[in-house]
Amino acid sequence: MTTTLRAGDVLDARSFTVTRADLVAYAHASGDHNPIHQDEDVARSVGLPGVIAHGMYTLALVGRAVAEWTDGAEVVDLGAKFTSPVVVPAEGGAEVVVAGTVKSVADGLATLALEVTCEGQKVLGMPRAVVRA
Amino acid sequence: MPVDPSLVGREFPAPAPLTVTPDRVSAFAAAVGHPGDAVPPTFPIVLAFDAMQAFLDAEAIDLHRIVHGEQRFAYVRPLAVGDELTATLTVTGLRQIGGADIIATTSEITDADGAVVCTGKATLVHSAGGAA
Repeated sequence: MTTTLRAGDVLDARSFTVTRADLVAYAHASGDHNPIHQDEDVARSVGLPGVIAHGMYTLALVGRAVAEWTDGAEVVDLGAKFTSPVVVPAEGGAEVVVAGTVKSVADGLATLALEVTCEGQKVLGMPRAVVRA
Repeated sequence: MPVDPSLVGREFPAPAPLTVTPDRVSAFAAAVGHPGDAVPPTFPIVLAFDAMQAFLDAEAIDLHRIVHGEQRFAYVRPLAVGDELTATLTVTGLRQIGGADIIATTSEITDADGAVVCTGKATLVHSAGGAA
């Protein structure tokens, strides 16, 4: 690995556009065909504001940002609460921003502090990523 | 209808092992834009989802009434092309909040040697429907 992570480092925030087509592709690749990620009527019938991104799609974007920041460092821990849905409109897309800093580096592991937002609102609770530094 | 409380402690294996093939990895990586050739860290959700679906089928729970509340993975080692993975989901907790079932699960993902590759902990939020 070529990147050296130091506690306090601010990582360049990454911005990703999520479209309905992305959710269809993700459903095929992951096997998660829950219609709340495809069908407006089904989503609303269970009390959602509209079609929402798979939580795992948003978490995958975090994994992508971490890989880009760390030059593909080995991930030993990754997770989050899906506290607020990423609502994906039929036209255009939703903008998900993954921001991070290096919280600590100890015993060969770097813990990243993350903030993941959509339209300025946090969508993940207690997001956490730990990589081998 | 609330989920049966006696579920806690029960195990639900994914119906079949999953071989990590280059095609599966590249399709998954392309879908999420993951850089490089490594297996994306969230890839094991494919197998954890199979185990969850086995659980939902066994309990006659509709997938569209499930929202993913939380997911965490702890990895013993990186996944690699060629791995043959199996998953077993265990229901670890169940509580009700505002008419929804909050189902806590742990999925252990093991390789062909039976060694644990990663452990996934998920919270599934089940909205029972009817009176919202």
